[in-house]
Amino acid sequence: MIDTSTVATHPLFGRLTLESFPYHEPIVVATFVAVVLGGIALVAALSYFRLWGYLWKEWFTTVDHKRIGIMYMVLGLIMLLRGFADAIMMRLQQAIAFGGSEGYLNAHHYDQIFTAHGVIMIFFVAMPFVTGLMNYVVPLQIGARDVSFPFLNNFSFWMTVGGAVLIMVSLFVGEFARTGWLAYPPLSNIAYSPETGVDYYIWALQIAGVGTTLSGINLICTIVKMRAPGMTMMKMPVFTWTSLCTNVLIVASFPILTATLVLLSLDRYVGTNFFTNDLGGSPMMYVNLIWIWGHPEVYILILPVFGIFSEVTSTFSGKKLFGYTSMVYATVVITILSYLVWLHHFFTMGSGASVNSFFGITTMIISIPTGAKIFNWLFTMYRGRIRFELPMMWTVAFMLTFVVGGMTGVLLAVPPADFVLHNSLFLIAHFHNVIIGGVLFGLFAGIYYWWPKAFGFRLDPFWGKVSFWCWVVGFWVAFMPLYVLGLMGVTRRLRVFEDPSLQIWFQIAAVGAVLIAAGIGAFLLQIAVSVWKRRELVDRTGDPWDGRTLEWATSSPPPDYNFAFTPMIHDNDAWWDMKKRGYKRPLGGYKAIHMPSNSGTGVILAGISVVLGFALVWYIWWLAAVSFVALLAAAIHHTFNYHRDFHIPADVVVRTENERTRLLSGQV
Amino acid sequence: MTPHAEHHAGHHGADHHGHGEHEGAHGTLGSYLIGFVLSVILTVIPFWLVMDGTILDKNMTALAIMALAAVQVVVHMIFFLHMNGRAEGGWTMLSLIFTIIVVVIMLAGSLWVMYHLNTNMMPIHDPSQLP
Repeated sequence: MIDTSTVATHPLFGRLTLESFPYHEPIVVATFVAVVLGGIALVAALSYFRLWGYLWKEWFTTVDHKRIGIMYMVLGLIMLLRGFADAIMMRLQQAIAFGGSEGYLNAHHYDQIFTAHGVIMIFFVAMPFVTGLMNYVVPLQIGARDVSFPFLNNFSFWMTVGGAVLIMVSLFVGEFARTGWLAYPPLSNIAYSPETGVDYYIWALQIAGVGTTLSGINLICTIVKMRAPGMTMMKMPVFTWTSLCTNVLIVASFPILTATLVLLSLDRYVGTNFFTNDLGGSPMMYVNLIWIWGHPEVYILILPVFGIFSEVTSTFSGKKLFGYTSMVYATVVITILSYLVWLHHFFTMGSGASVNSFFGITTMIISIPTGAKIFNWLFTMYRGRIRFELPMMWTVAFMLTFVVGGMTGVLLAVPPADFVLHNSLFLIAHFHNVIIGGVLFGLFAGIYYWWPKAFGFRLDPFWGKVSFWCWVVGFWVAFMPLYVLGLMGVTRRLRVFEDPSLQIWFQIAAVGAVLIAAGIGAFLLQIAVSVWKRRELVDRTGDPWDGRTLEWATSSPPPDYNFAFTPMIHDNDAWWDMKKRGYKRPLGGYKAIHMPSNSGTGVILAGISVVLGFALVWYIWWLAAVSFVALLAAAIHHTFNYHRDFHIPADVVVRTENERTRLLSGQV
Repeated sequence: MTPHAEHHAGHHGADHHGHGEHEGAHGTLGSYLIGFVLSVILTVIPFWLVMDGTILDKNMTALAIMALAAVQVVVHMIFFLHMNGRAEGGWTMLSLIFTIIVVVIMLAGSLWVMYHLNTNMMPIHDPSQLP
């Protein structure tokens, strides 16, 4: 046990000294220079084109769920680049660190990279992407004007950004955790990680966690309370259903993460012994608690993506989804069962045969509803008129890839097999197989599918296909060697290798990572080309895919108020049903629409939270106290803001709707 | 066909479904008083058990306090949070049941897992000899 008071803290700067800046690490310095130059260029460009006011008024302070959704996607994309940079650095290191070579990364740096890669990819890539799509699509799918608590939505987004900012700061000020992405004690305790890394980890996740939990509450409330009249629970689109279950999981599981991290911070800051070996504490309790959150988290990521695949499959097969009811029940069953499998992440910890076999069996059971979903999608495609547009291609690639990942998962669920494969590269290959092959493929399908809705023009299919093939082939080339290596007994997180016969597999994996890099490049190019060619790719109908659900009933991009009139729902493919019955858009009778007002409080609160987090990381107690008081003051001040709503006047609605009528008639 | 309803409720989430959300959402003076008195009784008993210290042995006292706390949670939910099967169209009851399931899984599971870990641990004879 280490007394934290032995750490030298300056009254003004805490433990922040000149030595805290990693100027002796050439890679970090080069990155820093690039980031600074890029940042200066960005700020200069924004100032030159006078975009600051526009960004602040129209985007940063917006409470419109559509714009917040898009901002989540931008955050996810930026962090994907950071997380992928970490990935390719690891691949390169492992490909060359053979035969006495130490590679190019020292252990201190390498350990931070694999930790940052995991944390960023889960919390700041996958989560923002998933939350962004839910934010954008769910209110449109249920015929609502916005989410239940529009300001809270803005605040949630900025708290997520706050967490991401803190992680990015750790790159250049101090260091990030060297503990692996879940920061297991005793390694993450103050005795073995006395530096700032784990503190950055804790506060980044706590700040982002506030955002995630609040946005979960917000979306549950939206789905339960704001569905259009006639939309009973069993008439909700499947994506809305999976979003509901995901947000239930978020609200039920993130508090566990928060509490666990609080206990870890108490251990680190005030010398308690929850997760040390002293005074009755147990590091194993941390592992147990963190996985009670961690396993539902896996389903938080994959469930909405199952929803995306359901929408895509039925739209591009021109058929009603096969087995809607079974799809809903499968989702709900997964929601409950995801709380009963957490121990399979630590079979080897020694709970014994009875505990292990219980959790092994529950893990195998949870694959049944997932398998049922795969069959539902296959039967939806069966005898459908399938259009192989990009979203459908991603869906087929998903089914082929994800099934392999699922089967290796069932393999790992067998406790004796797990004792051989635990923490090996086989496990790494397995979870990348389900997260890339499942979550990421689904997100790309969703982005391509809903992009025309969000921006009014389609994404360029050529560069999309280039990206698709690079990603899919790249994934297989990058991760199949890891299965092989894992079966040969290579464990995860290694920096250098002795056995030269292994090198070829790591080199193949590195080639795969390069292919994935090309896939990311092609995706960025696809967006750039599409913006360039937006007039050719324009969609005036608001329904480019012959869609089935309500979001396709409104214009692309939708007006601020989404729907001039709240639609009445008679079928679970509401828009398809309306089209079939010869729906005529109403051309008059518009009224003023009640809307929420923008607010800058979300940005301010999140900004103060970042300062608070930074102060706590560096033990700058005066700053922590000041920012904490400021945080409370700003929150209380916001409660006195009475300008929370306004009405869009009827004539503005008339003008917007007439413009849409003109566009629609221009099509025919 | 009349595909539109004159709903302009928008973001403040007014009731579209006619579930009668506000049924039983407010208690009467009587129900608050019953809740208060029950809570007081359920709080006084544990204090009395501990302060007297002779009525039950230590373990039984701890168990009794926990049991009374659990009962008090239920009292609060019924009389102060107005929990019943009808409020909010059954959603509050559903979320309560879900919460209980998750909490029970978490607590019982953790106890089970940690108990087995503890039993399977190698015996340590002399802790002072450990590094």
